[in-house]
Amino acid sequence: MFGTGLIVFRETLEAALFVGIVAASTRGVIDRSRWLSFGVAAGAFGSVLMASAMGRISSWADGIGQDIVSLCILVIALCMLAWHCIWVSPNSSQMVQDAKQIGASTSKGNQTLWALAIAVALSVLREGAETVLFVSGLITGSSESLGAIISSVAIGLTLGTLAGWLIYEGLGRAKPQRLFAVTNILILMLAGSLASQLAKTANQADWISLFGEQAWDISALLPNDSAIGMVLHGVIGFDASPTQLQVLFYLGATSLIWIAARQVKLLISQRRNALITKT
Amino acid sequence: MNNQKAKSIAIGLTVSIVSYLAVWPVHASDLELSMTIKNHTFEPSVLKVPANQRIKLTVQNLDTSPEEFESHALNREKVIPGGAKAVIYIGPLKPGRYEFIGEFNPATAKGVVVAE
Repeated sequence: MFGTGLIVFRETLEAALFVGIVAASTRGVIDRSRWLSFGVAAGAFGSVLMASAMGRISSWADGIGQDIVSLCILVIALCMLAWHCIWVSPNSSQMVQDAKQIGASTSKGNQTLWALAIAVALSVLREGAETVLFVSGLITGSSESLGAIISSVAIGLTLGTLAGWLIYEGLGRAKPQRLFAVTNILILMLAGSLASQLAKTANQADWISLFGEQAWDISALLPNDSAIGMVLHGVIGFDASPTQLQVLFYLGATSLIWIAARQVKLLISQRRNALITKT
Repeated sequence: MNNQKAKSIAIGLTVSIVSYLAVWPVHASDLELSMTIKNHTFEPSVLKVPANQRIKLTVQNLDTSPEEFESHALNREKVIPGGAKAVIYIGPLKPGRYEFIGEFNPATAKGVVVAE
């Protein structure tokens, strides 16, 4: 029973931290609660559908169907976060000013909300499908009573969600100027984390076998399944023993996004200056 | 971003994708192994494999409940629904012992890959 709660907690934690960080990054943005709730609900609904199809998905493509689905989910989620990072950071200084002028609660709409909502939905879907599958397996094939299963699942879900809420509240204590800077970096690292998992899945499915060797192994020091390891995994994409490809993907994705965001920022400020000098 | 930069990035990407496709791995020599899950245990639970070789591991779940093959040492995790099969590629491994578990039933589902 304790084990059941723990597994549900682990699966929930990653998605909850993801949602918590995204929610913190959109504090004060009009309509963001509606968008993000929609993302979570869509992800949860999709989880049930995907879990019920998992048997068939698994056998696709000579047994790597699940990896193909994961890869698609990861690629789309990565694109959504990249889009957000590239377009929000040039405007974030403007957003901070708006927030100061008209109060944090009424700052103007964020044009990347849809991208974040999709990323949230996919994050919930990825973890949710496994959880639904696990719980449905328990209900059909376990000696535990239904009441015991439901209560341990509820405890796991609640604790996982609590972790997401904690990071949201924790980040919320920062001043608006700092908040944007911090959440931009955190979302960049979430993108890195997705890229790293992409590399791992691609290797598992034998799509990319290059750089499959372990880059380092600090699992004796900080195991993946320790409390700190799990939280760090959810927040910055920590992996105690990543392959070289995972490290390359992580660094590649974060630096590409960072460079693209800077270029866009530069371009926008050049245009603004040009407009100002014209008038 | 100016046009020239965009062009050079596009060319760089194309070159890297083409060169990757050129060395697209065709593993004719993959070693194939299979394993089953029954009553929440792996059979066989000890997999002896040659070191430094890519291995195609097919896991057939004979139980009605799902299982998650998980190994931090092998850097692998994959859910196998009840009655389904999944393929997991592992290696090439250095000589050593690589433990794995079934995360959904960790008390009974345990195994180890021994590379030598």
